[in-house]
Amino acid sequence: MGALGFILDAAEGERSWRLAEYVRRGGYTALKKIINENIPPENIVAELKKSSLRGRGGAGFPTGLKWSFMPRQFPGAKYVVCNSDEGEPGTFKDRDILRWNPHMVIEGMIIAGYAMGCARGYNYIHGEIWDIYKRFEEALEEARAAQLLGDNILGSGFSFELQAHHGYGAYICGEETALLESIEGKKGQPRFKPPFPASFGLYGKPTTINNTETFASVPWIINEGGDKFLELGKPNNGGTKLFSVSGHVNRPGNFEVSMGTPFPELLAMAGGMRDGRKLKGVIPGGSSAPVLPTEIIMECTLDYDSIAKAGSMLGSGAVIVMDETTCMVKALERLSYFYFEESCGQCTPCREGTGWLYRVVHRIEHGEGRPEDLDLLNSVTENIMGRTICALGDAAAMPVRGFLKHFKAEFEYHIQNRKCLVPEDVQRAGSGFFKVA
Amino acid sequence: MLSQESLKQIDREIAKYPAEQKQSAVMAALAIAQMEQGWLSTETMAEVANHLGMAPMAVYEVASFYNMYDLAPVGKYKITVCTNLPCALSGGVHAADYLKQKLGVGFNETTPDGRFTLKEGECMGACGDAPVMLVNNVRMCSFMQPEQIDRLLGECK
Repeated sequence: MGALGFILDAAEGERSWRLAEYVRRGGYTALKKIINENIPPENIVAELKKSSLRGRGGAGFPTGLKWSFMPRQFPGAKYVVCNSDEGEPGTFKDRDILRWNPHMVIEGMIIAGYAMGCARGYNYIHGEIWDIYKRFEEALEEARAAQLLGDNILGSGFSFELQAHHGYGAYICGEETALLESIEGKKGQPRFKPPFPASFGLYGKPTTINNTETFASVPWIINEGGDKFLELGKPNNGGTKLFSVSGHVNRPGNFEVSMGTPFPELLAMAGGMRDGRKLKGVIPGGSSAPVLPTEIIMECTLDYDSIAKAGSMLGSGAVIVMDETTCMVKALERLSYFYFEESCGQCTPCREGTGWLYRVVHRIEHGEGRPEDLDLLNSVTENIMGRTICALGDAAAMPVRGFLKHFKAEFEYHIQNRKCLVPEDVQRAGSGFFKVA
Repeated sequence: MLSQESLKQIDREIAKYPAEQKQSAVMAALAIAQMEQGWLSTETMAEVANHLGMAPMAVYEVASFYNMYDLAPVGKYKITVCTNLPCALSGGVHAADYLKQKLGVGFNETTPDGRFTLKEGECMGACGDAPVMLVNNVRMCSFMQPEQIDRLLGECK
């Protein structure tokens, strides 16, 4: 395994996901090392803390710290859950990890089970990626046949069973407690916290939930050491990270780079701007992250701290690139519709507020905006933020605030002139869809 | 009535969870039932409820909450197009427009011959492959330019 790009770059080609290929690349050596050297669970957690690995699902919570919250002496069942319910617009990295390197996730989850004393795990896989779910099930079968899963793993006395759970189309299930409700066979409605999953999780038992990429990082940290992982990134932001680049670039896709890589380098890796057009704005961390205009994002490095300082968030590493053909009102309208559609309906501020946000942005986009609408939007966001059980409310409000902060003039133009600042035919050309027809 | 094969598949799903947590298999059971029957009728949901020892209402709650379940009949091929922002920047909305024009139907409508139903989808987690569409919940189609869409429609007999 190379020092850089250990999650995706090492695994290429149609067969790379198979157990034999993974083992050939050095797979399952971390698990074997733990078993052969009888490494105590607390040492694994300590190594993770040293690595500064932070949750790759979007929140960036330190993984080692999260694992240390699990009550080690708790009698009875405890669970490890992987969140592969990737549905935040712009994010498509976990699909590629599971497509090319499922055993790395499985190994990470087994190690998690060992470190936290859990005998069972579930990987919750996004509904729309059926073929990836089937592949993961096949990878699990391979691992069971090789005694890497099940009773008495490799003769160690440690037992761990892992299963895949297939989602069926609900963005909210990416929220960890909604995900647990969903595994329990219910509507995916988030739970009030506390209690946190580490004390009351799946079936009311202590549970730790991590993102796919987080688990995939664990074997490397055990093999190479936490210090080395930290060195791959920058202080407080350990390791490499997958960035999903979508939108107006020449080569959309996933790119695994060191934390702290300057944004212009990532843009160049994605082939630069489509047809050489001018960059207008970037949503740096999935649809919930506030948009940043060109002059700010071009100065950013890709790590939790730099993007936060610029007023946005690194989130899941989903970089949505928009060029000069983009109507920012239409862009926000689509995102607001998404949150309106996906609100679970449990909390009034979110259920009603997301509807308000969508309807007001919609009327501005359609030439029916009123001068007071921008203040109205800000007031609705204030009435949502911090007043809901889960973060979906904030996630719906933050893009509105970001667009109004940096592209207010475009919204005002829409309201005054009842049309887009960017002509329709320019917008139409931007998508690149009609070049063939 | 669900086939023996479907019930067997559902039982395999039940086995994934602790013995006293059969309800955990409800999402998979509904997906299996829908794959066999094309959509979920009240009778089908009642059968799933009975098989899992759940109240029919609890099954209906699940079926109506998740977007990929169909509680009304759909065409032989259900095509769901992602029109969310990252896809739209690369032609998702235009691809949907193209499909609407080709099929002569709007979103949530079925062609008169019962062959196609068109749906607007939310993020499928494949934004780098835009335009993206999903056929019958299981087949994801990537980079769907007009030529690829024509080919897909031709394949759906």
